[in-house]
Amino acid sequence: MNRRSVLLLTVLLFGYAFLYGPILSLIVYSFNESRLVTVWGGFSTKWYGELLHNEQILGAAWLSIKIAAINACAAVVLGTLAALALVRYRRFRGRASLEVLVTAPMVLPDVIIGLSLLLLFVSMEALIGWPAGRGQSTITLAHITCSMAYVTVVVRSRLAHMDQSLEEAALDLGARPLTVFFAITLPIIAPALAAGWLLAFTLSMDDLVLASFVSGPGSTTLPMVVYSSVRLGVSPQINALASLIVVLVSSAVAIAGVLLYRQEKRQA
Amino acid sequence: MTQPPLQPAPGQEPSAAPAPSVCLQQITKSFGSTYAVNNVSLEIQQGEFFSLLGPSGCGKTTLLRMLAGFESPDRGRILIDGADMTRVPPYERPVNMMFQSYALFPHMSVADNIAFGLKQASMTRQLRTERVQEMMELVQISALARRKPHQLSGGQRQRVALARALARHPRILLLDEPLGALDRKLREKTQFELVNIQQRLGTTFIVVTHDQEEAMTMSSRIALMREGQIEQLDAPRRLYEFPATRYAASFIGSINLFEARVLRQNGDEITLASSDTDSELQARCSEKMLPGMRLTLAVRPEKIHLLADGELGPNRVRGRIKEIAYLGGVSMYHAELPGGKRLQFSQSNVLALAEQPLRPEQDVVLSWQPDSCTVLTE
Amino acid sequence: MNIPTLRRPVSGRRLIIGLPWLWLGLFFLLPFLFVLKLSLSESVLAQPPYLGLIREFQDGMLVLAINLGNYQLLLDDSLYLKALLSSLQIAAISTLLTLLLGYPMAYAIARSPRHWRLPLMMLIILPFWTSFLIRVYAWIGILKNNGLINQVLMGLGLIDSPLEILHTPVAVYIGIVYSYLPFMVLPLYATLVRLDVTLLEAAADLGCRPWKQFLRITLPLSMPGVLAGAMLVFIPVMGEFVIPDLLGGPETLMLGKLMWTEFFSNKDWPLASALAAVLLVVLIIPFMLLRHYEQRSQEPAA
Repeated sequence: MNRRSVLLLTVLLFGYAFLYGPILSLIVYSFNESRLVTVWGGFSTKWYGELLHNEQILGAAWLSIKIAAINACAAVVLGTLAALALVRYRRFRGRASLEVLVTAPMVLPDVIIGLSLLLLFVSMEALIGWPAGRGQSTITLAHITCSMAYVTVVVRSRLAHMDQSLEEAALDLGARPLTVFFAITLPIIAPALAAGWLLAFTLSMDDLVLASFVSGPGSTTLPMVVYSSVRLGVSPQINALASLIVVLVSSAVAIAGVLLYRQEKRQA
Repeated sequence: MTQPPLQPAPGQEPSAAPAPSVCLQQITKSFGSTYAVNNVSLEIQQGEFFSLLGPSGCGKTTLLRMLAGFESPDRGRILIDGADMTRVPPYERPVNMMFQSYALFPHMSVADNIAFGLKQASMTRQLRTERVQEMMELVQISALARRKPHQLSGGQRQRVALARALARHPRILLLDEPLGALDRKLREKTQFELVNIQQRLGTTFIVVTHDQEEAMTMSSRIALMREGQIEQLDAPRRLYEFPATRYAASFIGSINLFEARVLRQNGDEITLASSDTDSELQARCSEKMLPGMRLTLAVRPEKIHLLADGELGPNRVRGRIKEIAYLGGVSMYHAELPGGKRLQFSQSNVLALAEQPLRPEQDVVLSWQPDSCTVLTE
Repeated sequence: MNIPTLRRPVSGRRLIIGLPWLWLGLFFLLPFLFVLKLSLSESVLAQPPYLGLIREFQDGMLVLAINLGNYQLLLDDSLYLKALLSSLQIAAISTLLTLLLGYPMAYAIARSPRHWRLPLMMLIILPFWTSFLIRVYAWIGILKNNGLINQVLMGLGLIDSPLEILHTPVAVYIGIVYSYLPFMVLPLYATLVRLDVTLLEAAADLGCRPWKQFLRITLPLSMPGVLAGAMLVFIPVMGEFVIPDLLGGPETLMLGKLMWTEFFSNKDWPLASALAAVLLVVLIIPFMLLRHYEQRSQEPAA
C-alpha cells in the first residue's frame, strides 16, 4: 500500500511540475536581458518598461477588458436564467433543446462557432443593416454566447444543491416569487454568480479564435495581438505580458479561493 | 390572545356557527400513476392541535403541503376559515409552516429570520422589532438574536423556525415532523412546550408525524393515514382504546389480535370462538352481528392481567411464558397459548425486585375484561 | 424524490426560460443553419465572398443554385480526408495520453486527506485561468532549438545537436495534453471522489489484492468519468487550431487549422463552411455520449 502511495505521489508531483513548469519559465525569461528570449543574457526588467509603452498592446488590452466586462455581466444574467430554468422547472417545452444549447458552446470547437457567427453577422448586416461592420459589439455578442454556457454550469450546480425549502419558506412567509429570488436565492447563490462572472471574464480575455472571426478593422483584441506577434517567434515583451497576466490572475484566483473557502465554512 | 391576522381571510361569509379553521373536501392528488392523496375530506376546528399520523408515503406530507399552497390538488377544495383557498398561492394564505429542515435563511441573523415575514407584510420597523422580541421570548431564544443559523444547535434552530413561523400570528400553523431531528430528552421537553405555546396562542396547529408517541402526547385529534386515505380520525384516547380497523390497532402501540367468529350476541354483549384458544371470548359490540360472522378481537397488552390459581375471570386463557422484555417501568411478556398463538401482556413493575416476578416456561392464566377489548370488522 | 414545481406567475416563467433559449437559438443555433447554407454556395471574389443561393425570382419561378462542389472537393481532394483522419488520430492519441496522465492525478487527489483535496484541485484549475494562448506560447520557448529543453540537455552533455521537437507532432501532443489536462482531471476526480471506499474494503476483506481491486472495482465504476473526460478533450481537440498552428509543423494536418486557412488565407468561405459542416457531423456521436453521461450524473445517486 505504501509503494502505491509513493507512486501516486510521484505522478502527482510530476503532473504539477508539468503544469507549472512552462508558466515559471515564462516568468523567468521575462527578466532575460537578451532579446533571444531563451538564451540567458543577464537580469533585466527593461521588457516590462517597453511593454508598458507599447501602444498597440495597451490598446488591445483595454479593448479586451471592455469586451470581457460587458460579456461577463450579460453572461451572468443569461446563464443564471438558464440555470434557474433547468433546475427549478422540471418540465417545459424546449427543455431538451435548452440542455443541448447550453452545453454545446463549451465543447464544440471554436472555429466552428466563430465561422458560423461570422456568417450570421454578415447575413444580418445584409438583411437588416445591423451589425454595421464588425467590431467590439460582434465580438462581445460572440463571447456572451459562449460564456453563458459556462456560467450556467457553475450556477446550476450551486442552485441544485440549495435547499429548496428555503424558497418555500420565504413564499410561505408572504414573499412573492420575485422577492424570494432577490432576497433569498440570489444571496445564497452569489458565490456561484461571482465565480461565473470571473470565468466569463477570463474566457473572454483569453479568446483568440472567435475574436479573429468576428472582429473588424480597428478592433484587435489582446489575444489577437499576442498571436500575430507569436507567429513570428518568441518575443520578450510577450513574456513580460504573460508574466503580468499570470501574476494578476493567480492573485485574483487565490483571493477568490480564500474568500470562497471562508464563506463555505461559515455557511456550513 | 390571538391578534387578528395580517391578511383578512378573503371572501369570508358571515355565518352563525364559526366556520371550521380548515375544511378539506374530497382532496385528491396523484404523482404520475400513484395516488398520493385519495379523496380525503376532513374538518379541523380553530384552536385544535391536530396530527396527521402515518408511515412514510401515506400522503400526510402531501396533504400538508397542499394546505400550505406548495402543491395544488387535482380534485377537491381547500377551505380556510370558510374561504376557498384551493388555488391561492402560499404567500397569500393565512397559514404558516414550520419546515422539517427548519429552512432558516443562512445569510440572515436569527432576528432577521423572524422578521422576514413581517417585512413582507409591510410592518413598520417599530412594530417589527416589538413582534420579534415577543416571539423570541415566547420560544426563549432572546439571547441569540444576532447569531447566524450555522452558529446554533439543532434545538435552537428549531425554536427559531417556530418563532419565525408564528411571527405573523397565523390562524393556522403547519408543522412538518417538528421533533424528528431532536434527541429523545429534548423531544419530550419540546412536546410540552409546543402544546403550551399552542394553548396560549389559540392557533390551530396541524402536525405531520410518523411518531405515534408524539401524536398521542400532543394532539387533541389524530388522523391516521394510510396509502392516501384516512384510516381513522379520532381523539388519541379513542384511537388507542377503540381502534376502528386492524391497521389502526396495529399501528398505535402493541396489540393482540384474535381471529374469531360470532357464537351469539345478547344486546351489546357478544361471545366469540377462536381457533387460537379453547375458551369462549367475551367482548362488547354495539353493532348487530350474526352467528358465524368472522371478526377480529383486539386487546392491548396492558389490559391483560394474571389470574391466581383457581381464580375465575372472563376471557380466561392459559399460556406458557416464552419471552420477557424488561423495559424498566413495565415488563413485556410473550405467552404461548396451547394452539401456538403468542399473546403479549405487560405488567408494571410495581415492586423493586432484583429478578423478574415471572420466569420463562412458567405457566400462567390470563384474563381481560370484555369492556377492555374491541371487536373489529376490517 | 419528487421535487414539485414552484408555482410562479406564468409570465415570469416564460421570461426565465425564454430569454436564454432565444439568445442561444439566435446566436448559436441559427448560425449553424447559415453554415449549412453557405456550404452549398459558390465562392466569388467579392465582399462577402460568396453568392447567395437564390439566383432569380421571376414570373413566379424561384431559381436556386445549390453548389455541391464544395462537398465534392472535400471528397475528391485527398487532403481533406487526410486532414480528417489526421485530426481523428491526433485527437484520439492525445485523449489517451491525457487520460494516462490525468487518471493517476485525479485518483491521487481523490485519495488524499479530505482537507487537501480542494487546494489540490485548485492547483490543477489555476493554470486554466491564465491565458491559454500564453501557456501554449510558453512551450515554444521550451521546445525550440535553442529553447530550455535543448539547452539543458546540451548543457548536461546528453546530446550534441539540438533535438527538433518544435513544429513536429510531438510538440502538438505535448501542447494538447498540457492545455486539456484540467478538462480530463475534473470529471475523473468528480467520479472517483464519490467512489465508495467501503466497496474496496469489502473486496480486500474477501481476499482481493490492491491491483485487482483497482481493475475490477475502481476502474469500471469510474468509467462514466473516464468517458466524460475523454469527450471533453476529444471533441474540442478535433477542431483545435491554436496548438497545431503554433507548435505543429506544415505536415500537422488538422481540420481546425485547415478551416482557418481556407477561410483567412484562401478566402474560400463556402469551402470552409463545408468543412465545418462535416466536422460538426463527425462530432455528433461523441457529443451524444457526453450528453448521456451528463444526464446520468445529474440523476440522484443509485
